[in-house]
Amino acid sequence: MIRVEFLGPIQKDALALDITNLRALATILQATPDMKEWLENSAIAVNDTLVTTLDFPLKDGDKVSMLPPVCGG
Amino acid sequence: MLKLYDGGLEVASILKEWYTEESTSNYGAFIPFVGTIRDEDGIDGLSFDIYEPLLEKWFEAWVAKAKEQGAIIKMAHSRGDVLLHESSYIASVFSPKRRVALEFIDAFVEDFKASAPIWKYDLKNGERIYALERSTAIEGSGLLA
Repeated sequence: MIRVEFLGPIQKDALALDITNLRALATILQATPDMKEWLENSAIAVNDTLVTTLDFPLKDGDKVSMLPPVCGG
Repeated sequence: MLKLYDGGLEVASILKEWYTEESTSNYGAFIPFVGTIRDEDGIDGLSFDIYEPLLEKWFEAWVAKAKEQGAIIKMAHSRGDVLLHESSYIASVFSPKRRVALEFIDAFVEDFKASAPIWKYDLKNGERIYALERSTAIEGSGLLA
């Protein structure tokens, strides 16, 4: 199972999904209501490292985090 | 050194602690940046969420960059609510000579604003409102869109 966490202001509970890459996650979230804006402005981390390709492979136990726009300080 | 605190920062004690820690380390320059919550737009304060695992990785990358130039960095940030005129953020650079520290604090704080996984909310009329319009999408955002 892959755990998907939605950080900061994204008001959504974590998901546990049986998927093998980020492309599959994109398909699922694109069909989820109220996610469009967050998908457009959020970065993605796998196991706390930012990733830049949809072909990133996922293995059982991986954690995917969705990071919306930031503003520290 | 990265340290997170619940609520507003005790600026004087944190700066004193950092100064004391390095007072005999032979750094010629110590440049702190202190961010303070201003009274504007009718807010009562700000509030912060932090994703700590990624913040620590981001900070460690900057520690490595500082080390290449013989410098060190220290940073403190608040979690949760911070009221008007309190501080939520302190960053500092110690370096052998001033030029490295002056340039480093600028690059470090700018990247902090653009990349550090921290989310800001306005505290206003009893509500906690995400400051989307003042926030920056992390480089590479939109991958799943």
